[in-house]
Amino acid sequence: MGIRLSQIAKTYGRPGTPRALEPIDLEIASGELVGLLGPSGSGKTTLLRIIAGLEQADRDPAGTIHFGSRDVTEVHVRDRRIGFVFQHYALFKHMTVFDNVAFGLTVQPRGQRPSSGEIRARVHQLLEMVQLERFAQRYPAELSGGQQQRVSLARALALRPEVLLLDEPFGALDAKVRQDLRRWLRHLHDELNFTSVFVTHDQEEALELSDRVVVMSDGRIEQIDAPAALYRAPANRFVFEFLGDVNRLEGEVRDGALTCGEARLAVDLPEGPQELLLRPHELSLEAAPSAAAHLPMTVTAVVPVGAEVRVELAADWLAEPWLATIGHGDFERLDVRRGQRLYALPQRWHRFAAEGRPATQPSLA
Amino acid sequence: MQRIGDAPAVRRGLIGAAVALSALFLLLPLVAIFAQAFAQGVGVFWANVSDHYTLAAIGLTLFITVLTIPVCLVFGVALAWLVTRFSFPGRRLLQTLIDIPFAVSPVVAGLIYLLLYGRNGWIGGWLDAQDIQLMFAWPGILMVTIFVTCPFVARELIPLMQAQGSREEEAAVTLGASGGTIFRRVTLPNIRWALLYGVILTNARAVGEFGAVSVVSGAIRGQTNTLPLHLEQLYQDYNTVGAFASAALLALIALFTLAAKAGLEWRAARREA
Repeated sequence: MGIRLSQIAKTYGRPGTPRALEPIDLEIASGELVGLLGPSGSGKTTLLRIIAGLEQADRDPAGTIHFGSRDVTEVHVRDRRIGFVFQHYALFKHMTVFDNVAFGLTVQPRGQRPSSGEIRARVHQLLEMVQLERFAQRYPAELSGGQQQRVSLARALALRPEVLLLDEPFGALDAKVRQDLRRWLRHLHDELNFTSVFVTHDQEEALELSDRVVVMSDGRIEQIDAPAALYRAPANRFVFEFLGDVNRLEGEVRDGALTCGEARLAVDLPEGPQELLLRPHELSLEAAPSAAAHLPMTVTAVVPVGAEVRVELAADWLAEPWLATIGHGDFERLDVRRGQRLYALPQRWHRFAAEGRPATQPSLA
Repeated sequence: MQRIGDAPAVRRGLIGAAVALSALFLLLPLVAIFAQAFAQGVGVFWANVSDHYTLAAIGLTLFITVLTIPVCLVFGVALAWLVTRFSFPGRRLLQTLIDIPFAVSPVVAGLIYLLLYGRNGWIGGWLDAQDIQLMFAWPGILMVTIFVTCPFVARELIPLMQAQGSREEEAAVTLGASGGTIFRRVTLPNIRWALLYGVILTNARAVGEFGAVSVVSGAIRGQTNTLPLHLEQLYQDYNTVGAFASAALLALIALFTLAAKAGLEWRAARREA
């Protein structure tokens, strides 16, 4: 079942105070897995809670929410038939795992309520799905964080919702468990084919898990795109900076070159002050400058762990240190050590106009 | 290794002082009550307790308490729910107002009720015309007792419900539960110990209330005398053993209440462990 939002806005407190959510239009296709990504205070959780019905959108403008062809704008949470997974699980502390999962089934109105035998069968099937059958008679406090979150997922899925909403579902878990649960959620989503929206502030999580990512900041949608497209073609500076590490180069352009102290980079840009942004993996390091780039730097730290080597660089002409990720081959060839003087060679840089919208990305290669 | 402030002399001094003061101010009076009550033997004690007027006072006190508790229970839960689950203008003010009965001297509370509901009072005059008498009768005693005890349940619940937040209730509502079901199956189990604790405190205060009740009751023997008022009358009549017999009854109720409270705390601690 698809979700369609139009002109959904939210103001906390008095009308006229700044909006937590500017009027937003968003369309989510049936069966899609969409991530709402943004820093805290960007309005992503508010948007999710409005979709769920836990929060009421503003009356002005009069926005609407549709699930498929059904207008649910005025429908109470109770009757929206969504599954909701909370960041801190929100399991019923005083009930066993079994009773937690069964809750949604047991509170159905008398006519629609399954028999206790059916409930038992359904709960066991759900617990089997989340691999927690052995823990049916335990209390939430006796489970680990990852197990609790799985119980909370099973509970949310008990009523076979067509829309599953997750609020920072893995935020409170450690890295390894988070990785497992992500994979597992993706698997579950593909198998059961519900429409899911999840909130996260973790770029990697959003890019790995989502079919499409909605990047938000200050109550606005900055960009909606598939993960690869988002990374390749960020719509503005905010998206670019939020999706990964950024090195900044500020200077004056004159005679086809940007200069900043002793640093110089050949560019084809109008004269005047300019700011370029570079990704750490779009730099290489060499022992000597090239004709196009003279960017001398000193190595301040080396982290040779993982597939790439992270090298921190500093220079007098830089306000903030740079980060470069290079291959182990280059690392060994250059014999990179702390205190060493090297030259950065950008393969590619990005520039966003002051207002942020258009981006130019010439390649220097 | 020794922690700061944990020198043996300091420790012994503090423990000694605490024990001595507790014995002097708490334990000794309690022992004295029972000693006085039984000073002329169990027979005299029993004769005093089974005295017609004493029995009437006990009956009235229990009657008032039994009526007070459900009122305070419903009021406290509703108020705590309102204050912790909704945000509205004046919420903070309301939270402060809850404490008025604690802040105001009970005698003052009694006088205000007398002023309002007494025969010459603002509302009392009209009530009198309708032939309804609240003051110097049990309804007046009930009213001031409720006034004095109404904050206990709310005061116990508010911090707990604030700390728990409304996540579990939100989870329940997304699963399709109705308001009543949520309260019965999610909210109530989470607050039941605090609720019971609030009831115990309410009970203790309702049984023992003297100041406010003494103003509005009129202290008619056998009719509007509660146990604490009866006790005071006996003492004024130089019936020391009778007074202490009643005092012993009140003390017993207090001890029983404390035991129940300790039991609850022990249970709560065990549940968390």
